[in-house]
Amino acid sequence: MPDKIAITLDVNGKSYDVNVEPRRSLADVLREDCGLTGTHLGCEHGVCGACTVLVDGRPVRACLMFGVQAEGKAIRTVEGLADGDVLHPLQKAFWENHGLQCGFCTPGFLMLAVGALEENPAMSEAELRDVLSSNLCRCTGYQNIVKAVRLAADEMRARRA
Amino acid sequence: MSGIGVPARRLEDGPLLRGEGRFAADCNAPGQLHMRVVRSPVAFGRLLGVDAGEASTLPGVVAVWTAADVADLPPIDFRMTRIEGLAPFRQRVLAADYVRYVGDPVAVVFATDAYVAEDAADLVFCDIDELDPVLDPLADPSPFMPETQPGLLSEPAVVRKGYGDIDAAFAAAHRVVELTVRVGRHSGVPMETRGALAVHDAARDILTMHGAAKVPHYNRDAIARMLGRDRERVQLSEGHVGGGFGIRGELYPEDVLVCLAALRLRTPVKWVEDRREHLLAANHSRDQTHRLRAAVDARGFILGLDAEFFTDQGAYVRTHGGTVTDLAAGLLPGPYVIPAYRVAGHVRLTNKTPAGTYRAPGRYETTFARERLVDRIGAELGLDPIEVRRVNLIPEDAMPFHRGLDTLGTHVVHDSGRYHDLLDRTLAHVGFDDERKRAAERRSAGEAVGVGLGWFVEKSGLGPKDLVRISLAGDGRLEIVTGVASIGQGVETALAQICAETLHLPIETMRVVHGQTDRIAYGMGAFASRVTVMTGSAVQIASAGLLATARAAAATMLQAAPDALGFDGGVFASPAGASVSLQAVAAHFEASGKVLAAEGEFAADHMNYPYGIHIARVRVDRETGGVAVERFIVAYDIGRAVNPLLVEGQIAGACAQGIGGALFEEFVYDEGGQPLAASFVDYLMPTCHEVPDVETFLREDAPSPLNPLGVKGAGEGGITAVGAAIAAAIDDALGRPGLVSRLPVSPARLHALISGR
Repeated sequence: MPDKIAITLDVNGKSYDVNVEPRRSLADVLREDCGLTGTHLGCEHGVCGACTVLVDGRPVRACLMFGVQAEGKAIRTVEGLADGDVLHPLQKAFWENHGLQCGFCTPGFLMLAVGALEENPAMSEAELRDVLSSNLCRCTGYQNIVKAVRLAADEMRARRA
Repeated sequence: MSGIGVPARRLEDGPLLRGEGRFAADCNAPGQLHMRVVRSPVAFGRLLGVDAGEASTLPGVVAVWTAADVADLPPIDFRMTRIEGLAPFRQRVLAADYVRYVGDPVAVVFATDAYVAEDAADLVFCDIDELDPVLDPLADPSPFMPETQPGLLSEPAVVRKGYGDIDAAFAAAHRVVELTVRVGRHSGVPMETRGALAVHDAARDILTMHGAAKVPHYNRDAIARMLGRDRERVQLSEGHVGGGFGIRGELYPEDVLVCLAALRLRTPVKWVEDRREHLLAANHSRDQTHRLRAAVDARGFILGLDAEFFTDQGAYVRTHGGTVTDLAAGLLPGPYVIPAYRVAGHVRLTNKTPAGTYRAPGRYETTFARERLVDRIGAELGLDPIEVRRVNLIPEDAMPFHRGLDTLGTHVVHDSGRYHDLLDRTLAHVGFDDERKRAAERRSAGEAVGVGLGWFVEKSGLGPKDLVRISLAGDGRLEIVTGVASIGQGVETALAQICAETLHLPIETMRVVHGQTDRIAYGMGAFASRVTVMTGSAVQIASAGLLATARAAAATMLQAAPDALGFDGGVFASPAGASVSLQAVAAHFEASGKVLAAEGEFAADHMNYPYGIHIARVRVDRETGGVAVERFIVAYDIGRAVNPLLVEGQIAGACAQGIGGALFEEFVYDEGGQPLAASFVDYLMPTCHEVPDVETFLREDAPSPLNPLGVKGAGEGGITAVGAAIAAAIDDALGRPGLVSRLPVSPARLHALISGR
């Protein structure tokens, strides 16, 4: 078994000291070593986006990055979205607009959308669709996901204003 | 209070939104080993030996098993549609004499770490004497396992059905219209790959498999049988399931292997497949070729339909037995009268991944074939294809309509339907004439835009029965224990709403238990659009039973006659003005050491038949062969919608999958039987760029007379006619009737058709 390396990850503002093989993907480190199983693995080859997390504010496929590469960076996962009992506007919008069915792709879509909207809260419909086309969903046909993100974007903009 | 018909937001969503779901891969147990399957790298060959020597020496590897280690296990048996002759073609949990597809499990490695298990699996060497694979389901039947099963050929069964005088129909024909069409190989491909964790509690001698889905009770019994255990000592437990679509939750070799390993290795065993494995090993579906001949009169009325089709079943016959072929043969006639019908459905084996059901099995394929045929009839007779449909639709006064044949062991009886009415309403709702006119105008201006329509009849509510137990605690918490499974479709919310309709309690106080074999004696599970119909009806019956029990008790408490009590908002009120809430009645039961509870069982001999229409408008890029779906409408009569928000979600999601199968998704093989679509880079599922906002035209005009709710299933009708409607729209866009005869209409395929190559 290859040697393990001790690293410290900053996930959702909390420190995690873990010993991991250099070849271990960030997704596996988050899920298996940090116990944060909200980040899902749908393909492990960077297409489906179920494992999307934010690394220093930008959406990243956690299956295509090694855990050791994430040291010193601020990682955000779906577990960090809600503020206690209060859901993030995106989570709320997904719930109210039936933006999920099986819920497996949901964490990836949420993190993708959070990253995109934090970078540009004023995205046009076409830009929004372009961003959301990065991830796959097999249940919803996407329309309620697009709708939920659009409505959440409105709310996030209103909150900033 | 969210009763029937309310678009309530789901009870299920909280944990899923917070990343607190518990999918198969999220299950862990102390000391667990990780299983990795070694799969055949070739499509067909004699398996001469498996060398696991090097793999076994890798630190962390605990065991490597080959067929010899599991020789005492029987093959995986059929769950459904056990047709004579299929038994020798069942799959063993590990390949023994031959490998029959790329992905066929040959060995399993158990290691303390998932990465190590994968390393070790790469070191296992399979000595295989390669043979020429059989990839064409239309080719003459050939040997299944030439040396060890001499005489066994690759056509295990032919499903024959029919009724009426087919020869007389053809003798009387004004014209005979013929057609050969093909639907490609694609499948459900849920976002969660398969996985399981088996834990043996030696102290109690209970083996539990986490990661169950779809049919936990059946699989419990099957695993117990295969492992020679009492079924009381096997439990299946369902957590969250990342999509089902027919393929997930069937019993696969890997499920049996993790259970066996947990027993033999005396430690928990976990298995999670990767996406490549999923695309190679989980059930494929569709892949049918239909040859249809219709005898028609001058109005386009189909006097007789003579059909032959071939299902590419892949390497083995799995749990579904002959289901897909049987359904296709039984439901091909769809919404039309067709007085005479004869069909032969050939189950053919090839050296591809074994196939099973996928959302609307047998209907997506036959609807494409039949609707292409009706379009062809229109084209050959110079009639509007919409009018040809009108002439052929089963009239309302013929309901219930006895088809005169069986499928899935039940008589096909269209229970209710207003087909002509739905056609008229849908055309008006969509503005069909305007759609056609605008498409024609755009074509005149140089665009390739067209409109197409497909009619379909679905089936739902497969019996035989379902059981539900409802109990109300004194603190107001209500529990609904069911034997169904949740595969992400919103079971908990729908069942809670049905309960709320009768008991007037908030759905948020309800807990719906599903997929736990230790909580209820039996359950048929979640397939064939059966949950809302069967379990929903059982919930309604149990709710009514609980209310009746409570009413009797309330009457005593209020000193009034039970019949004299009013019940509104969860409160009983006597004529004298005294009242007591349902919850207080429950508390009263508890105080006397009892529980306010009721069971409901619902049985059905027949399925019911929801129906609808798909209409597509597409734009074809003549240069690239690309097809853009500009507008898509699904009209669907499901009798009664328990939660319209969820129904529309089902329809939109199914429709997106239908678009995938119509335009993008296909399991392609090279001439050596190597799969060319073994990743999401090559197996193209639609993104939000390819799927329009699906417009749902939801109707409740023909409730089912077969259940107390009047409901018909909503899970599949969004996909059924997508291929048919899109094909018709492409024909229309290019002004070439009958151009599309094969799905998926990939850009390369369409470009070749356009350019005549």
